[in-house]
Amino acid sequence: MFRVFTLLGDLVAYRWMGLDPATRTAAAVHFFVEDVTKIFALLVTVIFVMGLFRSMLSPERVRTYLEGRSRWAAYVMAVVLGAVTPFCSCSSVPLFIGFVEAGIPVGATMAFLITSPMVNEVAVALLLSLLGWKLTVLYVATGLVVGVVGGALIDALRLERWVEAYVWKIRVGAVDLAEARPTLATRVRFARGEVRDIVGRIWAYVLVGVGLGAALHGYVPQDFLARWAGASNPLAVPLAVLAGVPMYSNASGIIPVAEALLGKGVPVGTVLALMMSVVALSLPEMIILRKVLTVRMLGFFAAYLAVSFIAVGYLFNAVRF
Amino acid sequence: MKEIKVLGSGCRSCQLTAEMLQREADALGVDVRVEKVTDMADIVGYGVLRTPGVVVDGKVVHAGGVPHVRTVRGWLQGA
Repeated sequence: MFRVFTLLGDLVAYRWMGLDPATRTAAAVHFFVEDVTKIFALLVTVIFVMGLFRSMLSPERVRTYLEGRSRWAAYVMAVVLGAVTPFCSCSSVPLFIGFVEAGIPVGATMAFLITSPMVNEVAVALLLSLLGWKLTVLYVATGLVVGVVGGALIDALRLERWVEAYVWKIRVGAVDLAEARPTLATRVRFARGEVRDIVGRIWAYVLVGVGLGAALHGYVPQDFLARWAGASNPLAVPLAVLAGVPMYSNASGIIPVAEALLGKGVPVGTVLALMMSVVALSLPEMIILRKVLTVRMLGFFAAYLAVSFIAVGYLFNAVRF
Repeated sequence: MKEIKVLGSGCRSCQLTAEMLQREADALGVDVRVEKVTDMADIVGYGVLRTPGVVVDGKVVHAGGVPHVRTVRGWLQGA
């Protein structure tokens, strides 16, 4: 089904641009054309389809699902709902306040916030098409586990004391969004709006990501990365996590880079660690969350994520696929 | 006169929403006052967890993302 994009790459790189398939430029152009067209086609399809069902999964609904659950049920539901509920990072603060105020444990709320940017339908679609189902399952499973463990840890250590005091005083109004049962027409209109919104927000990341991936793919010598970031270098995993911190991207931007890195012989664990670090450890997100969390809590949050991504990296480098 | 509040921390979507509301109101000749609510406690006080949210005459009509133009016209023309 994805062969059409390979053929499109052939057409543009070899036929129209007349490049010799053996050259580096041809390899880079081919990678770029194939990935950009494939990613955008997938994004539009997946976001549209999810948009049709979106009204069932608003954060306001999630809040009522999680309210009054037992702890472990709350963590597990929080990460699963985090994976299927999209929210823009600019909504993190009201979402955090709303969840906590509903009596949902701070840990479960954090689990939701950890998982939501990392695991979502866009990431899954791209992983499946570019990296195959094994890595997709790995990525999703580790993302969910990191979320559950992080949430449980935050509650076990009673870190709710590191939430800004004013948060506990806020009273959240009852949600009375007067939404009539949506008709198919409104659903389609909404889904089209979602496509416009989300693609409008991430297209630049995708282009930069694929551009980087293409450059890596075409111009970096085959053994260069394998030598420096290969399994024989024990520092490669922590370095990959560190490198991901200043890079702020969403899943759709980093996955093409991951594809190119894997192609260059960088081991799976290292690539996973880099991907998760780029997506989940981001300074802008931290700055936004500073409104509701103390610096200590943010420090803990960042340290926990860094340690768990490093662990994920070593674990999957140790296991052969 | 309609009292419209745009709930949001000042993100780009919130500004776009406020601008669109004013523009559509002007185009339709509806008398409105568009106010931006940026205080988090006030925003969640309306029960809105996603920004931007829109409140028309004290009633929450929208949460999350820039609303569709047709939807906006509906609010402005509604009684």
